[in-house]
Amino acid sequence: MSELQTTPSQTVGPFFSFGLVWADGPFVVPEGTPGAFRIGGTVYDGAGAPVPDAVVETWQADPDGRFDHPDDPRGAVRWKDFRGFGRSATDPAGRYSLLTVKPGPLPVTGGGAAADGRQAPHLDVSVFCRGMLVRLVTRIYFPDEEANADDPVLTSIDPARRATLIAESEPPGYRFDIHLQGEHETVFFDL
Amino acid sequence: MPTHQPHTYRPDAPSHPPASFPEYRSNVLRAPHRPFQLLPQRLGEITGPLLGEDRVGPHDHDLTLGHDGEPQGQRIIVAGRVLDGDGRPVAGTLLEVWQANAGGRYRHDADRHPAPLDPNFTGVGRVVTDAEGRYSFTTIQPGAYPWRNHDNAWRPAHIHFSLFGTAFTQRLITQMYFPGDPLLTQDPIFNSVRDPKARAAMVARFDLGTTVPEWALGYQWDIVLRGKNPTPLEEEDDDE
Repeated sequence: MSELQTTPSQTVGPFFSFGLVWADGPFVVPEGTPGAFRIGGTVYDGAGAPVPDAVVETWQADPDGRFDHPDDPRGAVRWKDFRGFGRSATDPAGRYSLLTVKPGPLPVTGGGAAADGRQAPHLDVSVFCRGMLVRLVTRIYFPDEEANADDPVLTSIDPARRATLIAESEPPGYRFDIHLQGEHETVFFDL
Repeated sequence: MPTHQPHTYRPDAPSHPPASFPEYRSNVLRAPHRPFQLLPQRLGEITGPLLGEDRVGPHDHDLTLGHDGEPQGQRIIVAGRVLDGDGRPVAGTLLEVWQANAGGRYRHDADRHPAPLDPNFTGVGRVVTDAEGRYSFTTIQPGAYPWRNHDNAWRPAHIHFSLFGTAFTQRLITQMYFPGDPLLTQDPIFNSVRDPKARAAMVARFDLGTTVPEWALGYQWDIVLRGKNPTPLEEEDDDE
């Protein structure tokens, strides 16, 4: 089969909100779902200023650690109304917010890797904003998770920067700030 | 429990712009300075949201509908296919578009360009690709507009596209440009793509076959998402 070159990424621009913002975007699970909590934070630029024109998207496993997707070899998900996907634009103060439930731990499979433990509960995150030409990918891990200590991705990161991938407890939910640049620059990934 | 993954997705770096491209002024304070860390593709990366028809309303394929009257400007049809890097159609995937009106103004509070707003045009559309990966929507030719990136800077006419594919790895936001646009050569966003072939692939093709007589001009634009790595022949059992 011939290989085609992928279409290049371009910026989402500053004016996406009338096109990419959905009323139910921030709801990975519906309001009222048992165990649901808010997770959100502020997106900051290199000058420490909030980024009011970013969009944050998340993708995650359900509380059993499964994905509602045919490429998850473990079969269908039982969780009703669980979309797994969240989308929140930042507000004028640079804040995003999502309603979700904690994903279960994930097996380490594939990727050509041998077994190297379990993946701690986490969300995969995409960040788009004016000024960024490519999607930024990061992960949100949870504080007070013993599994973090053995997570193959977290433990591969320089210990000095690891904390940028771990949300802070902010009852009744969590806070995860994203620093595009600067002293506290979030760890971003290449896929 | 089966532990092998069916596949991973090939990297596609050569066609993408660099994260840091200071000619695009807003990039300077927003591009990360540190190198990206490699994220192995596991279940969370080879799966992704399978959003489809449930996200699409009755008028979403035609941006000229849904208002009291006809929008101003040249009506166009934009159609094409969504393929993966192996040439396979990506079926049933949500494609979102948004754009400025014929005068080059977005229906957005922050757009200060003094071009007129069109009461009959919002500029947002959604479609789902069919079994052959085809999409088509009807809209208005967007206008160019000035921005303050550099002296006498104008964005070439463009339509924003957002696609999910079937995996987190395939997520793409891009822009479609129009053939023969003299503004392309001075646009740092377009030119941030360093490979001339990849840059050219962002420009749609005028197509008389897509044009509808006495009604709309037609453009064809194909979009390519990542292809798959071959499944490893040897599937090592791990201890999971």
